[in-house]
Amino acid sequence: MAESIYELTQVSKSFRTRMGTVNALDSVNVTIERGSLVSIQGPTGGGKSTLLQLLGGLDQPSTGSVIIDGAETSDMSEKSLAELRANKVGFIFQNFNLIPTLTAAENVETALVPLGVAPAERKSRVDAVLAEVGLSDRGHHLPSELSGGQQQRVAIARALVKKPTVILADEPTGNLDEQTRDDIIGLLEGLHRDQGLTVVIVTHDSVIAQRANVRLNIVAGRVSVA
Amino acid sequence: MLFTYLKRELSKRRKQTSVVAAGLAVAIGLVVTVSAASASVEKAQGTVLQSMYGIGTDISISKPGTPGFGGPDRFEIGSDDGNSADGSRNFSRTRFDIAGFAQALTAEDLATVAATPGVGGYTSTLKLNSITFNGELPDFIINQQNQGTQSQMPSGPGSQPNVSSTNQPAPAPSGGFDGRGGAAFDVTTFTVEGIDPSESAIGPMSTVEVSDGRLLTTADAGTYKAVLDSSYATTNKKSVGGTIKIDGVKFEIVGIALSTATGSSTSSNVYIPLDVAQKLSDHDGEVSNVYVQATSADAVTDLDKALTKALPDATVNSASELASSVSGTLTSASSLIQSLGKWLSTAVLIAAFLIAALLTASGVNRRTREFGTLKAIGWRSGRIVRQVMAESIVTSIIGGVLGIGVGLAGIAAVNHFAPTLTASVGGLAGMGDAGGPPGMPGGGQGPGRPVFGNTFDVALNATLSPLVLFTALALSLLGGLIAGMYGGWRASRLSPAESLRSVA
Ligand SMILES: Nc1ncnc2c1ncn2[C@@H]1O[C@H](COP(=O)(O)OP(=O)(O)OP(=O)(O)O)[C@@H](O)[C@H]1O
Ligand SMILES: [Mg+2]
Repeated sequence: MAESIYELTQVSKSFRTRMGTVNALDSVNVTIERGSLVSIQGPTGGGKSTLLQLLGGLDQPSTGSVIIDGAETSDMSEKSLAELRANKVGFIFQNFNLIPTLTAAENVETALVPLGVAPAERKSRVDAVLAEVGLSDRGHHLPSELSGGQQQRVAIARALVKKPTVILADEPTGNLDEQTRDDIIGLLEGLHRDQGLTVVIVTHDSVIAQRANVRLNIVAGRVSVA
Repeated sequence: MLFTYLKRELSKRRKQTSVVAAGLAVAIGLVVTVSAASASVEKAQGTVLQSMYGIGTDISISKPGTPGFGGPDRFEIGSDDGNSADGSRNFSRTRFDIAGFAQALTAEDLATVAATPGVGGYTSTLKLNSITFNGELPDFIINQQNQGTQSQMPSGPGSQPNVSSTNQPAPAPSGGFDGRGGAAFDVTTFTVEGIDPSESAIGPMSTVEVSDGRLLTTADAGTYKAVLDSSYATTNKKSVGGTIKIDGVKFEIVGIALSTATGSSTSSNVYIPLDVAQKLSDHDGEVSNVYVQATSADAVTDLDKALTKALPDATVNSASELASSVSGTLTSASSLIQSLGKWLSTAVLIAAFLIAALLTASGVNRRTREFGTLKAIGWRSGRIVRQVMAESIVTSIIGGVLGIGVGLAGIAAVNHFAPTLTASVGGLAGMGDAGGPPGMPGGGQGPGRPVFGNTFDVALNATLSPLVLFTALALSLLGGLIAGMYGGWRASRLSPAESLRSVA
């Protein structure tokens, strides 16, 4: 088992737009140990989300090497990337990104679909993970029937149910009030502390950053470690 | 999961689902209605041809004559004919000969037919017209006629005679039905067909059933027995057991025949044994029509050619050629459906497919973040495409089923509102009697225009056939596939990174 979960070497990511080429990431070199709690901070447009996409296998670098849990992703096929995301990565979004027509339990279940888990096992795993985030009695509710904090808990359950290697969260508390924000942060911290998961959180909240063991700062595509 | 997800999507996004389904339903309903109407018109055309030429007839033979050759249709009235009273005379003349301008086919011709390879069987008939003229003419016309050259009859009942002849001073007009030299007469016509009483598989008897009494049998050959067409019998108040006079000879009515095709009359008004018809009309051994059955369906084309060659003076028509001779509102309806109906339903169908595809694609656009998220958590593109396709196909099947409902309503409307159509078989010399016989009063357009048994009333009876049903469902599936493929293609191109886009 590789000691470092992430190894990024000379990673650059550029986007071609009508206004010209945008260098979202520029010669990034970062290594992250397994089980770390990582915070990513920086001004808007700095490249935080772009970095998270590379860490989650949602996209590939323009140049450089991104090694996730020992696997080089820069030359992976779309199929292998999907497999990697399905098996190892739990994503949490600022806008929760739940499927509006599916219930809480069904939303959690979507993460097990690509893994080919048998229906009976799916149900028990979904129930267990919903209990873990404190939503045992909300499984049959639609997202629209849940509060913002509850929706984000469903999203966390969806990320956890696959038993991921890493949890990646892009401003997970950006749309939540202060009280709820602390709950969610507490939940994510607990995953890192109690289950030893690698948790990467993009945040504007310096309180979260204080508790992280790796603090990355991105300005104009350049990463510095605090 | 696919099924749960699909069910939820379709029921939660009911508006999108129902717009797509309704669009397809209208289009498919239209296709169903048009196909059913078209099928019923085609069936009706087949029915008309069957009534005219019989079920098993592949090829029909007749011999055209020269229209307008006055001879055979002329009535000649001499000065000592009829009963003279009050300066007028009453006449009754009957012409009884082959219908239309047709000429007789001889026994020799029949032998030629029998000897032609590919002929599986044939039957021949003698189609005759009985035209009876009853009139009252003033004496002076007849006298003048007899002095000068014989002239044609005055044209049209009640018209003033216009006789330009002689250098003698004409006497003042007198006599006639109005006492001032007028003439009055009427014309009764009916068709008589001499048939082989033993033949019921080919020819006119193959499409009739008995409504009363019996049909002619082999034992009737040589006897004065007649079978009447049901509608002719009704109109003329004839029934089984009664008699009918044909060319002055009394026939016993033994049966009433009904066309097996609904809404259609049989090909002639009266049927009598062939030999009797031949004797009565002085056409011993001769016939007017031959109905030929080929040994097989494949042989029809070759047989048509062989018979055309063997009988150069005759008109040889295959069933498909006969089909093109059907005219009347039925044909108009057929071409209307063929052109406008098919064009319209194709256009509406394409529009519905386009709407379905565009709405599906716009649905995919609205769900960009949803699909991006599913990709981000590990769903492969193929699974998402399948999801979109499944939703689209189920939607269109709903549309297809609704469309069949719409189609059934359309069919009911067609059957309810469509007028009874008429079909005439004519335009082929000797086969039909489209115009009046030449040289007859009113022969073209006048009130005395004879109408023979070759115009049929046809009621449309559109039904939903399994083929149409299958087509409807197949079309709806096709619409769903097209829309789903387009939407799925759009979904497959979405990047998982779309999930992180902060468009709320
Ligand atoms: N798909 C894309 N196409 C073009 N440009 C992009 C794309 N994604 C990101 N960018 C550009 O790359 C740069 C970094 O964007 P990124 O979303 O990573 O910033 P961020 O740090 O997450 O900002 P925020 O705090 O506002 O979320 C920006 O200039 C952005 O416009
Ligand atoms: Mg961002």
